[in-house]
Amino acid sequence: MAEMDTSGGGGHKKGGPGVKKGKKLSTRVDLTPMVDLGFLLITFFIFTTTVSQPTAMKIFLPKDVDKPEEQNKVKASAVLTIMLGKNDQVYYYEGDDPTKLQPTNYKAVRDVILDKKRRTDTADFVVVLKPTKDASYKNVVNILDEMTIDAVKRFALVDLVSPYEADLIKKTEDANGVK
Amino acid sequence: MTAMCDVAFLLLSFFILTAKFKPSDALTVNTPSSVQTKIAPEKDVVLITIDKDNKVYLSISDGNKAQKQDVIDAISTAQNLNLSDAQKANFVKKAGSYIAVPFSQLPSFLNHSPDELKGIAVPGIPVDSAHNEMVQWIAACKSAFQGGHMYLVVKGDNAAKYPAFQGVKNAFIKNDEMKFQVVTNPVSVPVGTELYKKNMATGSKAVN
Repeated sequence: MAEMDTSGGGGHKKGGPGVKKGKKLSTRVDLTPMVDLGFLLITFFIFTTTVSQPTAMKIFLPKDVDKPEEQNKVKASAVLTIMLGKNDQVYYYEGDDPTKLQPTNYKAVRDVILDKKRRTDTADFVVVLKPTKDASYKNVVNILDEMTIDAVKRFALVDLVSPYEADLIKKTEDANGVK
Repeated sequence: MTAMCDVAFLLLSFFILTAKFKPSDALTVNTPSSVQTKIAPEKDVVLITIDKDNKVYLSISDGNKAQKQDVIDAISTAQNLNLSDAQKANFVKKAGSYIAVPFSQLPSFLNHSPDELKGIAVPGIPVDSAHNEMVQWIAACKSAFQGGHMYLVVKGDNAAKYPAFQGVKNAFIKNDEMKFQVVTNPVSVPVGTELYKKNMATGSKAVN
């Protein structure tokens, strides 16, 4: 393949009188580096094509139920409410008493959830997620992902942060110097 | 060696030719990451994009031209916009087309092809609770995809705020579309967590 025909034209007599024949050099090319390069490129393309496929997180929204008898009842003691504030801050409280509000962050919230989960009956345990208007989309996806990571079976994404809760968040923010 | 070289370059050309180029998006969105392993759908998709400035865009996957036509026809009639065929074609026929304006600005917006719109500031589809036009758009998409399957996909930017997402979510709820998907970048499951243990136990990487 990688050779050239270096023999002269067909008509000449070989080694004719007065013709000095030069030493015939091999024109074979070493193909090893080329093969190396080829496989290197293949490896590169394989690695770059398969990695960056986006994935999808499925979200099932609950239907709004107006009738009280059709609504799901939860035990107040089994509820963990997580509110998402601005600047990647997380606030949580257990039960139905928002005054016990505690600040945390997205790294530490896993321990909070697991701790509460351990102390509660699995059948009753519910996490209520309340993003405030200052929370970013990333925060919402992160906390939903956290539910998957911590294997929380029942959780609800609720829009309504009551003015009372908003006020408590504001106070905690002021106390902690969150702008 | 020659044969090996041949094989290497044959494989190389095969991979280059089969590789799909990432379509140059008019909108750049940095999606959040999650541990989900399911690949986002590509066909029959109604994609709602939320960019970093909380602007909301709507697009339909390029393979669904019939549905695109139905959607734009329905909106044109319902909102009395009297869109011309040329204006509709800018949404239906052009790849990567999207809607990024309120109904009132739709005719002038559709005078331009998606290529011409690059770099031009657009207001986005209004999704606030007082004036949520996404409700009509989703309703139009829902009837266009009737009989087939429609995937509602939300692709949001990390920096987008919650109210924009909330508006989109409310538009879904108003249309009784309770299932949707969120585009994320895959990351591996953190070691030692419950999900990690579960995956180890079952030997699968399935989530949910």
